[in-house]
This record gives sequence, C-alpha cells and structure tokens, in this order.
Amino acid sequence: MSVLKAENVTHYFDGLAAVSGFNLNLEPYELVGIIGPNGAGKTTIFNLITGVYKATRGSISFDGAEIVGRTPSAITALGIARTFQNIRLFKELSVLDNVRIAHYARVKYSPVEALLHMGRFQKEEEEIIGHSMDLLAFLKLDAYADEVSKNLPYGLQRRLEIARALATRPQLLLLDEPAAGMNPNEVSQLMEFIKWIRKEFDLTILLIEHQMHLVMNICERLLVLDFGETIAEGLPRDIQKNPRVLEVYLGEVKC
Amino acid sequence: MMINTSRIRQFKEKLETKRWLLPALLVFVFALSLVIQQFELLDPYVQLIIMYVGINIILTLSLNLINGYMGEFSVGHAGFMAIGAYVASFLTVKVFPADMAAWLFPLAVMAGGAVAGVVGLVVAFPSFKTRGDYLAIVTLAFGMIVKSVIENIDALGGPRGFLGMEKLSTLPWVFFWVLVSVWVIRNLIYSNFGRGVLSIREDEIASDLMSVNTNHVKVLAFTVSSFFAGIAGGLFAHLLQFINPRAFDIIKSTDILIMVYLGGIGSIAGSVIGATVYTVLLEVLRPMGIWRMVFMPLVLVLLMIFRPRGIMGLREFRWFVPVRDMLASRLWREKKAGT
Ligand SMILES: Nc1ncnc2c1ncn2[C@@H]1O[C@H](COP(=O)(O)OP(=O)(O)OP(=O)(O)O)[C@@H](O)[C@H]1O
Ligand SMILES: [Mg+2]
Repeated sequence: MSVLKAENVTHYFDGLAAVSGFNLNLEPYELVGIIGPNGAGKTTIFNLITGVYKATRGSISFDGAEIVGRTPSAITALGIARTFQNIRLFKELSVLDNVRIAHYARVKYSPVEALLHMGRFQKEEEEIIGHSMDLLAFLKLDAYADEVSKNLPYGLQRRLEIARALATRPQLLLLDEPAAGMNPNEVSQLMEFIKWIRKEFDLTILLIEHQMHLVMNICERLLVLDFGETIAEGLPRDIQKNPRVLEVYLGEVKC
Repeated sequence: MMINTSRIRQFKEKLETKRWLLPALLVFVFALSLVIQQFELLDPYVQLIIMYVGINIILTLSLNLINGYMGEFSVGHAGFMAIGAYVASFLTVKVFPADMAAWLFPLAVMAGGAVAGVVGLVVAFPSFKTRGDYLAIVTLAFGMIVKSVIENIDALGGPRGFLGMEKLSTLPWVFFWVLVSVWVIRNLIYSNFGRGVLSIREDEIASDLMSVNTNHVKVLAFTVSSFFAGIAGGLFAHLLQFINPRAFDIIKSTDILIMVYLGGIGSIAGSVIGATVYTVLLEVLRPMGIWRMVFMPLVLVLLMIFRPRGIMGLREFRWFVPVRDMLASRLWREKKAGT
C-alpha cells in the first residue's frame, strides 16, 4: 500500500494557482525528488501535505487516511515530519530541547502529573531525555546537546533540523532544499547522509531541490514542477533529456 | 577598593550546589513571616511594602508566562486581576458569614483565581488565530470590557468601588501564594507543556510541525496565567480593603508589563527581581514626587537599550531548575559510561 497519495491537489493564493492538479504516489522506502525553478510551487506542496495550508481542491491520504483538513500537529503525530527551506530551529533553546520538543505528541502524562511530579511524569521525562540524547549521539550531535541551537555552525543546524524531525518518529520525511547553502563537498556528504538515515530509520523520503544535478544520483524518481504544474515525471536519466524540462532549466543549468 | 571577583564566583558556585538550602530557606522565611505577623515585629508600613512585593511577584510571573515564556503579548492582565479581586471580595463580604470570613479567606482567594482562570481560558481562543499586535489589541479590549462590566454592576459598587473587606492578606498568606505560583510555573515550564510554551515563542509554525498541539498549550498557559493574576487580585483587595474599577485599568497592566521586562522575560528569578526592584524603587523614590514618573520610564528606556532582555532575560537561577533538566546531558553520559 502506498505511504502517501496525493490526487489532483490544487491550491490557490488569492486566485493564483500555486499548485494545480498535483498527483503523487509514494511507495514505502521510496526516495523521490521534486525539482523546479523558483516559485514553481514545491514548498507549497510540502505545506499542503503537512497541513500548514488546506488544499483548495483534491485529496491527500497518508497510510490510507485522508489528511486534508487536519491540523499540522495531528499530521505530524501520524508520522509525517519535515525540515524547512529556511532553517526554523527553536533558536534560543538548547540542541537537546529542540529534540525534546519533538516528543510532544507521545507524552502521556497530564499537566497535573507534571505539576505534582507524580505518576508517569518522572519515567516519561527520563525516557525523553534518553531517546533525545541517543538520537543526537547517532547523528553525532551529542557533543552540542547543551549549546544554544542558533550558535551551531550552519551545516550542523541543518543536521539538527533533521534530528528534530526524526524525533517525531516519522514514517515519511519531507526535506525542503536540504543542500541549500552548501558547497559541493558538503552536498555529496549530505546525500550519503540522507541515504544512510533512510536505511537506519526505514523512511520514505520526499526531497525538494532547486538544482537538478544534485539529486540525479540519489533519487529513484523525479517530479518536475513549473508554475504549479507537473511538467514531467520519471527516472532521473529520462528527466535529464526531457525537452520541456531542458527548456525550463535552460537558464538554470549554468548555475 | 578591590573586589576579588573570582572569590565571589567561587562562593556563588558553591552556593548553587547546595540546593537543600532553598527549601530550608523557604521554611525559615515562612516561619519568620508567621512570627513577624504574630508579634508585630516589623513596622506595618514595611510589612505593607513586602506584601506589595509579593503580590507583584505573582502578577509578574503570571504575565511572564504569556509574554515572556510563550512570546505572546497580553496587555490586559489587570482585567484578570480585577476578576479575582471582585470575586474574592464579594465572597468574604457578602456571601460568607462574617465570623467565618477569616477562615474561608483562602477559599475566597482560590475562587477568585478559578473564575479568572475560566475567563482566561476563553481569552485563549482568539490567540489560536491571532498573535502579536492583534492579540495585544484583543487583550486590551478584554481589559476595558472587564472594567466597564464592573462599573455597571451595582451589587459590586459600580464606579464607586467595593469595600467592607477585612484586612485578611497577611505576610504568611502572601508568602504562601508566592511559593505556590513559583512552584506551579516552575513545574509546568520544566515539563512537556512548558517546552511547548517555549517552542511557541521561538517559532509557532515549526512548533505545530513538531507535533506540539499549540492550541492546547495556549489554553493551559492562559488558564494558569489568569488564575494567578486572579489570586493576586484577591490578595490585593484584602490588603487595601477597598477596590474600584480604576485600580485595574491599563496603567495597572502597564505596571505588570514593566516588571516583566525589567526583570527579564522567560525567567522565574527575573520575575522575582523585576517585581521587587520596581516595587521598592517606586516606594523609595516617593519623595521625588512627580519626577518619579519621569525617572522610572527613563530607567526602563535605558534598560531596553543596554539590556533588552531585562536583568535576567532567558536565564534562570539554578536553584529553580530541576536537576534532571540542568544535568540532562551529563547524567546521560555518565549512564552510558557506566554500562
Ligand atoms: N503564503 C503565500 N501567499 C501568497 N502567495 C504565496 C504564498 N506562499 C507561496 N506563494 C506563491 O506561490 C508560488 C509558489 O511558491 P513556493 O514557495 O511553493 O515555490 P518554490 O517552488 O518552493 O520556490 P523556491 O525554489 O523559491 O523555494 C510563488 O509564486 C509564491 O509567490
Ligand atoms: Mg521553496
């Protein structure tokens, strides 16, 4: 059964179609890329999947359940996590707290138990610290646990965003331009890293990228978006030769 | 004069590790407050100021939860305070039998807090969709509504005010409620809900997308915050023994705002310091007369320039931080090394 299924998803901003007739079917463990020039509607698709915007038309189902109309926190709790094009960490909070917050939906103790330090409170709090630190250690971030997250170097902030997303225990991970602002060396490391977390956490991954050549080697399938429309879909090597795609990317290839 | 700063720092660190001192100190101060009250050891005027400080600490903590920890902007907290003050006063004067009023006083204060809390829960709803300037306007309007509603209820004395309360607020009671508010805020902040509150301040959208149910968190924060503002109101009414709607207008809300930003956002220690410094300074500067009202805002402006987050902004006195949180990564490392 498919992990994510988007059917004829359309979204308007003030009468302007940012996404129109978008279809996507993600099988478990797939790694699919969405590419397209500036303003093509890539980030909007992530915002529609995660409930930040409600699709004007169409349906999105996750694990067979319709998710259009649910709140972002409910959708995340179901198993979809994401990172952001412009890093959105909880800047003033520590690295550990950033990851701890992502455990929110799994906590069972009530505010009263928290107030009185009773019942499940102590045990669950210790578990959250344990899980968070284990996860940080796994992603080689544990040394920074007590740092204020805004003080981390850029690359580590990106990695922390992924760690935080993983802490919600997703089945589907959405990465919005994870390579933005990285040099070619860092980009190839990042691509290995993405493959590695997919294996370790058994993830389905949907990845947005602006530049086509970055995702050629890692994505099994690509979708190309332009002005909200899907203009091509298929294997990376076919996409590379697709005349419509080349036309759209003519100005972009140079950079 | 030479000050040996490293000596002072050493002393400070030593002090901070002796955490048992805090409960010991609190019990001692509570006992002291009982003794002072019983034997009139302190000048009544000084007692009055100390109680003002206590009430202001509760108010500052209450507002800090919303404005400091959660990063919303409420300017209507005097409204919650008014609700607590009027409910508690109405109960002790009109409802409870006069000879029992002293005994039922805690109940009256609680009831005032509870009613304020329920109203706070309702005010939380506009905060689901609005924030920043717009929420500030909503809370401003709320404060005005409370004031004009009270002005129009004859049973509460309308604009003339309400009196007849006995002086039931005492040092031990005020101290007790300060402790409760510090304890509640601290335990909530260092829990899942508190982390939710902080994440809303840092980035509300990211918070939602990290599975935080921000609506729940806001309802809880507003309820707790307005509960304590109500408690402060009840104490205030039974200290002054006279309240009128004008005592809870925008100026009062502004006072609380100043104490929050003076002491520092997102900090219990900051709230205590901010409320204490502001209250005491206002009293000390009383001889300055009208110039006081020039001096205080000036202090605030300078503070915002040189220390925009207030005295303790986003920092905490270590005794207030649970050991589990303060040493989280270290304890985890020790556990790993052990196994
Ligand atoms: N909140 C919004 N309100 C109005 N218009 C919006 C909003 N968000 C996006 N848009 C518009 O929708 C279109 C698609 O934007 P989107 O951010 O999805 O593009 P993108 O493919 O992610 O581009 P980029 O590569 O620059 O990140 C753009 O024309 C953008 O201006
Ligand atoms: Mg984008």
